[in-house]
Amino acid sequence: MSLTIALVAVLGVAVLAALFAFRRAKGLRGGGARLNSLPFYHAAYTFLWAALPALLFLAIWSPVQQGLVDTAVLATPQGQALPDFDLQRNAILGEARDIALGNRSVGFNSEASVIAPIYASAMARYAAVGGGIALLLALGGAFFALRRIGVEFRARTGVERWIMGLLVAASLIAILTTLGIVLSLLFESIRFFGMVSPTEFLFGTQWSPQMAIRADQAGSSGAFGSVPLFWGTVFIGAIIAMIVAIPLGLMSAIYLTQYAHANVRAWLKPILEILAGVPTVVYGYFAALTVAPVVRDLGISLGISSASSESALAAGLVMGIMIIPFVSSMADDSIAAVPQAMNDGSLALGATKSETIKKVVLPAALPGVVGGILLAVSRAIGETMIVVMAAGLAANMTANPFESVTTVTTQIVQLLTGDQEFDSAKTLAAFALGLVLFVITLILNLIALRVVRKYREAYE
Amino acid sequence: MLMNDTTAPEAQMPIAPSDLDSGKTPKMKAENVNVYYGEKHAIKDVSINIHDDKVTAFIGPSGCGKSTFLRTLNRMNDTIPIARVTGHIELDGEDIHAPRMDVVQLRARVGMVFQKPNPFPKSIYENIAYGPRIHGLASGKAEMDAIVEKSLKRAGLWEEVKDRLEDSGTALSGGQQQRLCIARAIAVDPEVILMDEPCSALDPIATAKIEELIHELRGKYAIAIVTHNMQQAARVSQRTAFFHLGELVEYGRTSDIFTNPRAKRTQDYITGRYG
Repeated sequence: MSLTIALVAVLGVAVLAALFAFRRAKGLRGGGARLNSLPFYHAAYTFLWAALPALLFLAIWSPVQQGLVDTAVLATPQGQALPDFDLQRNAILGEARDIALGNRSVGFNSEASVIAPIYASAMARYAAVGGGIALLLALGGAFFALRRIGVEFRARTGVERWIMGLLVAASLIAILTTLGIVLSLLFESIRFFGMVSPTEFLFGTQWSPQMAIRADQAGSSGAFGSVPLFWGTVFIGAIIAMIVAIPLGLMSAIYLTQYAHANVRAWLKPILEILAGVPTVVYGYFAALTVAPVVRDLGISLGISSASSESALAAGLVMGIMIIPFVSSMADDSIAAVPQAMNDGSLALGATKSETIKKVVLPAALPGVVGGILLAVSRAIGETMIVVMAAGLAANMTANPFESVTTVTTQIVQLLTGDQEFDSAKTLAAFALGLVLFVITLILNLIALRVVRKYREAYE
Repeated sequence: MLMNDTTAPEAQMPIAPSDLDSGKTPKMKAENVNVYYGEKHAIKDVSINIHDDKVTAFIGPSGCGKSTFLRTLNRMNDTIPIARVTGHIELDGEDIHAPRMDVVQLRARVGMVFQKPNPFPKSIYENIAYGPRIHGLASGKAEMDAIVEKSLKRAGLWEEVKDRLEDSGTALSGGQQQRLCIARAIAVDPEVILMDEPCSALDPIATAKIEELIHELRGKYAIAIVTHNMQQAARVSQRTAFFHLGELVEYGRTSDIFTNPRAKRTQDYITGRYG
């Protein structure tokens, strides 16, 4: 019995049990009793008890089964005859699985065809075990729930508890995924720091991640000082982009909340938000093909001979434009949350509109605005496509915006694309960079959330 | 609306007694003022005078337009896009809607205190200094200190806050916040102070303090106060205007309005038939 059949069987049991529960609860009511819960809740309660534990078991079983089958096959004499080399053995096992499942008829490796029948029988055996357990769980759950049906039974509360459990599980998945991401970064980073010292990585100013493939290769010392990368990231994402995004975003938010007529606002705000929906790759084209040449020509006309066609300025400008909706929508929310009474109080003292905005509204909205800006910065320094396409690869430590710089995300892309060995310092460096970037954006987000929360308390 | 025989003469009867304040120049004078909120005709042809040395109370049931009318006197209705005001309003003989009248200057001369205390989220000192700073009334720290002290003293708040002027204005109690708002209005040295139900969010003790303060401010400023509390109008005002459904029904001496109303509608309201 394959697991698909088990799945269908479990659902069938659950539906039948639910229908049965419904009829029984209805019968109780027909007998003149006043039920604590409607028959629908009895049915739902029974369904949840019959279906969920069994489904959960199947979800865990199906990946486990794969490993069990592999182990079982390798334990047979034919399995032990397979080559010891991991890669080769796994390839043969994969082919055997495909043949057993009927996805292909003959293997590239002759051993696969020999193994296939063994594989098929092992698979059938374990699927039968798993399916059987799932079915038992379903029947057990249904039996348990059906036994509880009665006049006094609070099925409604029971269903409520199940639903709360589901909601908790849903939110746990997001949290656990984050945890998993952190751990995967952490383990690879630890391997990297086994090869390169953390001090060199965090404080070194030379970045040239070329490791010698052959011992006699020249000019491939490999330097992993990440400071130039983080400088490039900060220069583009936190300095140039914010010089563009903060004033424009803030001013558009002020216009939209304080000056714009309701009709104008109804049109302008969605249009501004479309900016947030443009794929970053498209911003990348725009930066590389349209903005970068203009910036280079401008630099040359200003007499800067080092002006490059991949420049910090081009990437930063376009990134700033991309960030505007983030800044403006956060600023918009926090300005709109300043009570009208503040405005009125200031206007009634004879302040003009702009004095009121500058001296009363903006200071009151400041924490929210700052929170928005921090979130925008953390978004900007994690941004990849624009800088890959427009910022360049040279790890320069320069404050000249016309020169090319490189960012953490650009380098991660460079390190991980193409043919790479996965145990060299060069590739592992990508994980260390990712980890540091993750920590930085995490801290920025925590500060931002804290600032925003503090602000919310002020007006409630 | 209650209608019977005695309402018949009301239509012909003038809104105010003819001998009232004749020969005195009013501080503010409103003639045939109409206010529209979009399609809604909120104020209908209201004419009224506000005098220098008197407190004028606007009373009437909720939604009668008394607050709306008060807000026309310093053109606060300008901030509401759908509101439209017609008619003639003068301050010291100057038309407040005239093109040469600066609305910002007007509001400096005609201050306002709102229903709910609305101190800025700044220090007590900065709350008071805000207006004088905007209008350049002080030419140094010492002068500003003097303005702050004088305003707080006039508002009867000085003794309570003089040792914590740097604390946030929003940390004060409701009654203190409202007196802070009055002090803030006084600080720009206005000629008229408009109060829009200044005690409706306060407890009885804080209300008593504000009423006492209104007594002390009378004579220094022309005061117009909107209230839905008739006892309060009787206690603090010398002139009372009764509004109903956007009309000014009756205007006169407070003592006359409460003891001897001329219009049937006024009588019904003050005796509690509706409200």
